[in-house]
Amino acid sequence: MAKITMTVNGRQVSGTCDDRTLLVHFIRENLGLTGTHVGCETSQCGACVIHMDGLSVKSCSILAVQAAGSSITTIEGLAKDGELHPVQAAFKAHHGLQCGFCTPGMVMTAVDMIARHGSKLDEATVRAELEGNICRCTGYHNIVKAILAAATEMGGVRQAAE
Amino acid sequence: MGIEGIGARVARKEDKRFLTGKGRYTDDMSVPGMKYAIFVRSPHAHAKIKSIDAMAAKAMPGVIDVLDGKQLTADGIGNLICGWMIHSKDGSPMKMGAWRPLADQTVRYVGDAVAVVVADSVNEARDAAEAVLVDYEPLPVVTDPVKALADGQPQLHPEAPNNLIFDWELGDATATDAAIAAAAHVTEVKIVNNRLSPNAMEPRAALGIYDSGDDHYTCYTTSQNPHLARLVMSAFYNVAPENKLRVIAPDVGGGFGSKIYIYPEEIVCLWASKRTGVPVKWTCDRTEAFMTDAHGRDHVSTVKMAFDSANKITALKVDTIANLGAYMSLFSSCVPTYLYATLLSGQYDIPAIHANVRTVYTNTAPVDAYRGAGRPEATYLLERTMETAARELGLSPAELRRINFIRSFPHQTPVIMNYDAGDYEASLSAAMAAADWDGIAARKAEAERRGMKRGIGMSCYIEACGLAPSSAVGSLGAGVGLWESAEVRVNAVGTIEVMTGSHSHGQGHETTFAQLVADRFGVPIDSVNIVHGDTDKVQMGMGTYGSRSGAVGMSAVAKALDKVEAKAKKIAAHLMEADESDIVIENGELKVAGTDKSVPWFQMSLAAYTAHNLPAGMEPGLKEGAFYDPSNFTFPAGCYICEVEVDPDTGQTEIVQFVAADDFGNIINPMIVEGQVHGGLAQGIGQALLEGVHYDPDNGQLLTASYQDYAMPRADDLPSFKVSTSNTPCPNNPLGVKGCGEAGAIGSPPALINAITDAIGNNALTMPATPEKVWAAAHAAN
Repeated sequence: MAKITMTVNGRQVSGTCDDRTLLVHFIRENLGLTGTHVGCETSQCGACVIHMDGLSVKSCSILAVQAAGSSITTIEGLAKDGELHPVQAAFKAHHGLQCGFCTPGMVMTAVDMIARHGSKLDEATVRAELEGNICRCTGYHNIVKAILAAATEMGGVRQAAE
Repeated sequence: MGIEGIGARVARKEDKRFLTGKGRYTDDMSVPGMKYAIFVRSPHAHAKIKSIDAMAAKAMPGVIDVLDGKQLTADGIGNLICGWMIHSKDGSPMKMGAWRPLADQTVRYVGDAVAVVVADSVNEARDAAEAVLVDYEPLPVVTDPVKALADGQPQLHPEAPNNLIFDWELGDATATDAAIAAAAHVTEVKIVNNRLSPNAMEPRAALGIYDSGDDHYTCYTTSQNPHLARLVMSAFYNVAPENKLRVIAPDVGGGFGSKIYIYPEEIVCLWASKRTGVPVKWTCDRTEAFMTDAHGRDHVSTVKMAFDSANKITALKVDTIANLGAYMSLFSSCVPTYLYATLLSGQYDIPAIHANVRTVYTNTAPVDAYRGAGRPEATYLLERTMETAARELGLSPAELRRINFIRSFPHQTPVIMNYDAGDYEASLSAAMAAADWDGIAARKAEAERRGMKRGIGMSCYIEACGLAPSSAVGSLGAGVGLWESAEVRVNAVGTIEVMTGSHSHGQGHETTFAQLVADRFGVPIDSVNIVHGDTDKVQMGMGTYGSRSGAVGMSAVAKALDKVEAKAKKIAAHLMEADESDIVIENGELKVAGTDKSVPWFQMSLAAYTAHNLPAGMEPGLKEGAFYDPSNFTFPAGCYICEVEVDPDTGQTEIVQFVAADDFGNIINPMIVEGQVHGGLAQGIGQALLEGVHYDPDNGQLLTASYQDYAMPRADDLPSFKVSTSNTPCPNNPLGVKGCGEAGAIGSPPALINAITDAIGNNALTMPATPEKVWAAAHAAN
């Protein structure tokens, strides 16, 4: 068992877990932040994407102990003061979600993507960079649309989760 | 229409919680004292269980108990059932072999559950499951349904000699054979519809809670129809009496059919909770999902289509072998029969049809309904055959279809269905215009100059959805009625709650159902709550599948709204001393037509509950319910056109455009309808280009058991889609709506395969059209 401390959504948290505990399970079970989802066990689906020290990471591909001392943002930490983040707002406006299960991971990936590319994002880049996130509901059509709209809306201004 | 009413593109009410991580799926549920289940599953596709030794596992850290099939049998838990009785053509009933929730004597597919471990943590349960010693005696295996029918093959169930479950027919064999014998031309094709895994992103999960104080059971589960789960678990599986069992399907992360059925795991979690005295939660991992979620499709068919000298179809003869896997799942028997063969007339006027369907047990996971359920199989068969025939007859695919379209309605097909309304020419023309069909020759030539092969393909589908008239399905063997229920509760302050037996797992009911209410009463949709998915809150329902939520579920709501409206008008008329026939409801007010007299909606509802001043003899309150039983299926139809470019050097196919023109009748929320089409198209394209479940034919091992082996469509596999709708209202429900949830998956596979075969000049290509297969077919053609 390991005792670890990290900053999650701006708040310092600590907890005890098995050495083998994946970060996604620490977030869901120890911290009770269930917005981060588990959709596979091979790091293929991307439902568990969070931000760790400013970069998008699949939280099923890292041990909780490896994240000790880091700064984590989960989907719960994205909206500020009750206002949706522009990427969240774009997903809603453009119907970029249906069942909502892959959505937290999609949004976290999209926020990082826009932070890196700014308003220069094009459809081919969005589709290529969504390689690690699987959605079974939307056919990606409206997810791509939402991400492009958010990139434009944000005017190329870096507005990452952190 | 108002800005939030019928026809408006209202952004979804439910999105905020999903976008902020506040969705609550079954695996998110925690209750005090909860423990975790891991199933011990068979590594063999077919074996006898000689013994199960759980001594070592029970002694491991955190383990509460290990339970097996013998204990389950001893406690009287029943077999899983198939709920739709099909008879063979000789009159004998289908041969249903026993399916135990935990196998106690024989395992029949890889993943068949034999025991369950309950422990303090998932990891401890997993460790202990590894330590359960099961002594198996392996038996011979068969995975191919055609082979399974032959003499001398491994036998799965003693009830079903040669693994034949039923040998069923529909239509007129004599007339069909005669027409084929007299035909000017007969097109013959062999059609294989590949086996798929539904892959809802949320894996299945169940939380069973037994409360010994009240002798009461609660089950949270990933279900598309919690009421049916409660009914079946109480009536057939002896898990708990219906009044002592509450089933809750909270947010559900996609279903696509895979969450309609009742699986062993929720039964076992409830039973294990009672046995161990602790709440028991199980969450599937993805490999387990690939092994144990019911698969879809898996048909092998031979087809003969006969034409006269004017290129009119005179007959269609279909022989299909359908693989149902190791056990008969809840709806498995109706999918390759009444949901399939009844759609073999397609959009065409075919005077004689005969279909023969044999269903077969094999050592594979059970096969049941998957998005479209029978209709994709019928459409793929018919539209591949039409394309082949057009090429053989030297006609354009559009011309052959136009010659054979049904043009007057209602139209009685020779295979049960009575089409109520439609305009197939409209969809075809809209799709061809959107796809610039006439410009294809120039685009092919341009592609050729770049060394690429360009092709175009179409598919004109029809489906029957909005399941379904209860008397009709009852006469065809269904064990339930397929009506839907609704209750509308107007609160004293005028806010409204709608209880529906439909279940939303991504379809946006919380928005569209609320739009219906907003449209009727002129109240904001934020003042309307849609309540679903909990058997303690909604009295009864049949859930969501078969694109039935709009046509059946919303029609039930509309019927309940009629009753609310009638009573509200009586109250308002009394308050304003007017005649109730003069009351109109507009913008949240009840007005006396032609005057300036009105009462706001909330004032009328408050009057209903204060009851100080109601019409003489009126019961206080404002709450009405309705059960709606449809009078017919509804028949969405459309035309899909796909254009591809194939790289002849690699066999790689790129979809350069995909056009969908659908007729869904009246539309409540076009944004949501388009989203449903996009999702359906992605699943159909996935079937045609990428997806396929594969078992090792020698040992029955599942070779596609993760996202590393099963090619799910990703964003860069797909184009943006061009979608449009025409709107021939359905005459058979009060809203004039059809269904849109499955159309994309039904119509797209043949359009795509027709496009690829057009590009490569070789009609022989099976799904999925992987680069290797396309490359080989392209080179075989040269």
